Amino acid sequence: MKMKLINKDTKVVVQGITGTQGRFHAARMKEYGTKVVAGVTPGRGGEEVDGTPVYDTVIEAKERHGCDASIIFVPAGGALDAALEAMEAGMDPVVVITEGIPVRDTIELVARAKQLGTTVVGPNTPGLIKARESKMGIMPNQVFKRGSVGIISRSGTLFYEIAAHITNQGLGESTCVGLGGDPVVGLDYIELLKWFQKDPETKAVALIGEIGGDAEEKAADFIASGGFTKPVAAYIAGRTAVPGKRMGHAGAIIQGSAGTAESKMNALRGAGAAIGEQPVDVAKALKKALG
Amino acid sequence: MKLLEYEAKEVFRRYGIPLGASAVASTPEEARDAAAKIAKPIVVKAQVGVGGRGKAGGIKPADTPEQTYEVAKQILGMKIKDLPIRKVLVEERLSIQHEVYLGVIVDRASRCYTILASSEGGVNIEEVAAKTPEKIVRNNIDPLRGLRSYNANNVAKRLGYGGKKMQQLGDILQKLYRVAYEMDAELTEINPLVETADGFIAADARLNVDNNALYRHKELEAKYLESFEGELTPREMEARAMDLTYVELNGDIGIIGNGAGLTMATLDTVMLYGGHAGNFLDLGGGASPDRIGKAVEFVLKDNRVKALFVNVLGGITRCDDTAKGIIEARGKLGDNKPIVVRMMGTNEEEGKRLLHGAGIETNDTMEEAAQKAVQLAKRV
Repeated sequence: MKMKLINKDTKVVVQGITGTQGRFHAARMKEYGTKVVAGVTPGRGGEEVDGTPVYDTVIEAKERHGCDASIIFVPAGGALDAALEAMEAGMDPVVVITEGIPVRDTIELVARAKQLGTTVVGPNTPGLIKARESKMGIMPNQVFKRGSVGIISRSGTLFYEIAAHITNQGLGESTCVGLGGDPVVGLDYIELLKWFQKDPETKAVALIGEIGGDAEEKAADFIASGGFTKPVAAYIAGRTAVPGKRMGHAGAIIQGSAGTAESKMNALRGAGAAIGEQPVDVAKALKKALG
Repeated sequence: MKLLEYEAKEVFRRYGIPLGASAVASTPEEARDAAAKIAKPIVVKAQVGVGGRGKAGGIKPADTPEQTYEVAKQILGMKIKDLPIRKVLVEERLSIQHEVYLGVIVDRASRCYTILASSEGGVNIEEVAAKTPEKIVRNNIDPLRGLRSYNANNVAKRLGYGGKKMQQLGDILQKLYRVAYEMDAELTEINPLVETADGFIAADARLNVDNNALYRHKELEAKYLESFEGELTPREMEARAMDLTYVELNGDIGIIGNGAGLTMATLDTVMLYGGHAGNFLDLGGGASPDRIGKAVEFVLKDNRVKALFVNVLGGITRCDDTAKGIIEARGKLGDNKPIVVRMMGTNEEEGKRLLHGAGIETNDTMEEAAQKAVQLAKRV
């Protein structure tokens, strides 16, 4: 599967643009330079939101404006339908911001995406950004500066925190992707590491993980096997988490003895990644690695 | 949301999974009547949302209705891990030839439902998986095609069953997957599935429903809060009722953040500087001043908390709203517990101005603020 992310030419449709979140973030994306060409809310076709035309269906938006990617702010109960509609209309990538989607719906969504070859970012993600060029997401605009660090994160605000440190170190970011905080999401670290390995603009990667699942351990195996050769600095949240308790994210839970921060940090350290004791250390380690 | 055994069995029964005759009882009298009706040797089982009930004496046999009365009386009067037993399941006692494990779970890495099965049932399946992984059969279920009869039969074959037994086991597996799918299960299992002379019977039942899907299962809403009794502390129950994402911890520094990752990182950073977090509270995105105020009040009211650390990275959450919430809560409590605030992002200047006006200091970095919070908690 060829993974599609974002660049300055990506033409974006905002599904759920008439809602509070959709409207607010459509405006922030336009400020950032994203080509937001249309919005979709079934039943609201013909309206405008801050100058962006609204359509009833994604197909219509595509016919009129040639949009090729979608960002979804539709409430959890309607998110699966919205995402399927986007994929079947040929949108790629499809970025699902919505939090609280039942895992059964996400399983179906991701399976269909695989069948159609669509890249799905999320759900429950802050989105993705190409620094100072374009963003499909809800991250604060001022934090990012064009540079050479790629970021992969399961969390939102912690990702901004670390991006701000990277920017303050004078490094800046290339492309940053929020995987999403749910147990099942469209992308994993390995798929993105493969992409970053080939991306000429990315010289190093910040990997931001948290307790739950074994995606970080798998990423570590991939790095250790030589699949990713650029410097990696990582931060894993949840060292103080209690087993069996969900820590905010639906996916952030230590089950039995699996999914602990320690296991993830050890695996990544073993693969040669620098491990931050605190978020700022990630930026410092990258600064050191990149000279 | 974890269903109790009898609630899960009610669901299993609707889907045609074979079960022994049973009835729920809240009193010894009801238990005796149920046993008389079943008219077979009985097992009485405590209905409680925590594990280890067998070892705690919550599962006992009885041969007559009178014995059932006595046993039920005993179990209904006991507590398991501090939880009072309000109900027992009175069930026909099975003559066991062999025990099998069947489960359907969400496999995060494969992004699908997966069958877990083992011919070594009746024991802790995690232990079997850890010690003898070759005894676990895994089968990913294609989300778009579902679990077909031949998929289920293949699993039964791998457990060592052929002919009619394979078909019966395969049928139960398909039904269990339908339960998982239609009930939005995060996990559903039969442990053990008992092989008797008359075929397979589900002796126990577990069904954990995805909290995000409860809007599709209105019938469970009434029992939602109650279902967390074994899992959550009283303070966590209170927070859940207020719709706050809160985990109670052992330390003396209250923590409030926005976003799960950042809040966890805040806890970890406090620990790094020698402090101990008293809780995890994630405001989520876009919290209003009122919601922030409620959260601050909730944490400050905790007697163990000596200092509060609020860490907000403004995106959809606004720093001025955060400041208003903090000031409002503090005004309400008339409290003088020290508060450390770190804020950055949307409306940061206004937020800081409001806080400074109310005599609350702010810090620019999480690391500084964490050190400050640790110092303050030690001083109190």
